Amino acid sequence: MINAILFILLCQLVGEVTVQLLELPFPGPVLGMLLLFTGLMIHGGVPAPVKQVSDTLLRHLALLFVPAGVGLMVHFGLVARDWLPILAGLVGSTIAALAVTLLAMQWLIRRRDD
Amino acid sequence: MTEDITDIWAFLSTSPLLWLTMTLLVFQFSIWLNRRLGGSPVLHPVLLSMGLLIGILLLTGTDYDTYFDGAQFIHFMLGPATVALAIPLYENRAQIAALLVPLLVAGVAGAATAAITAVLIAAALGAEITTLMSLAPKSVTSPIAMGVSEKLGGLPSLTAALVLLTGAIGCMTAPAVIRLLRIRDDRVKGFAMGITAHGFGTAQAFGISATAGAFAGLGLTMAGIITAFLLPLVVNWLPGL
Repeated sequence: MINAILFILLCQLVGEVTVQLLELPFPGPVLGMLLLFTGLMIHGGVPAPVKQVSDTLLRHLALLFVPAGVGLMVHFGLVARDWLPILAGLVGSTIAALAVTLLAMQWLIRRRDD
Repeated sequence: MTEDITDIWAFLSTSPLLWLTMTLLVFQFSIWLNRRLGGSPVLHPVLLSMGLLIGILLLTGTDYDTYFDGAQFIHFMLGPATVALAIPLYENRAQIAALLVPLLVAGVAGAATAAITAVLIAAALGAEITTLMSLAPKSVTSPIAMGVSEKLGGLPSLTAALVLLTGAIGCMTAPAVIRLLRIRDDRVKGFAMGITAHGFGTAQAFGISATAGAFAGLGLTMAGIITAFLLPLVVNWLPGL
């Protein structure tokens, strides 16, 4: 259990340090995820303790958003000013992205199966 | 007596213990309340918790920094949770390999559409640059979206709220869009819901079928990776910025 936590934290740490050192534009934990994925491929399976820790984390993922979400209270001014562009952008882009993904994948699968 | 209570409050209100406990308490209450109200995505436990906690902080005159001293212990877990997304990705690797090209092409097209149309619509309606940068990664699961937002110069906490709203909007609109486009393949339905509405879409896709759910989980992870790697590169070329 401790080893699994240590391993996940080490992946994140190496990811964060690499991103800082090389000034990469994406978040450190994302690189950490790719490192862990590579590690699992080399190992050829998910060790039970790693699976247990990750299941616990991902099952309660929603809770982890709350502290940052509460930070919205600091930005009331910005939201009050930009609420219409935000709402229009969210609704418009969600419908557009759904349609594009659905049609593209449907078309590609049909073309491949034909 | 009143003085004692004031003293206790003075101690508690600055201790991390109070706001850590309060966050967990409010979240558990919000889950209970959401179930009582029929599990609607509009009243998602995270949105309810945010509203309740902001209300409590405003009523007690507590600033966000004091709150975050306690809540940071929960917030910290976002990083390890992002790393842990490697496990579902690994477990679905056979399905990914079999449909690699359709998934990659549709994934990049969908994730790009989500980010670019959101920024263009909001920019056309006159939103500020900080708003636009916070809006760009909103289709992606929160831990990644907040990291990307910070990299772009947006506000991670605003992004967190927009991500949650996107999830709710995705769940409300997906059934109609799927019906309108006459999509019958559960793999396609699930993947599109994961790409556009992350964890919310994934939860809803599991209600369609297990296959839809697995592909939604895959969509969530792929949208996260695609956005994290491509958005910081693309964003500089968006018109009007």
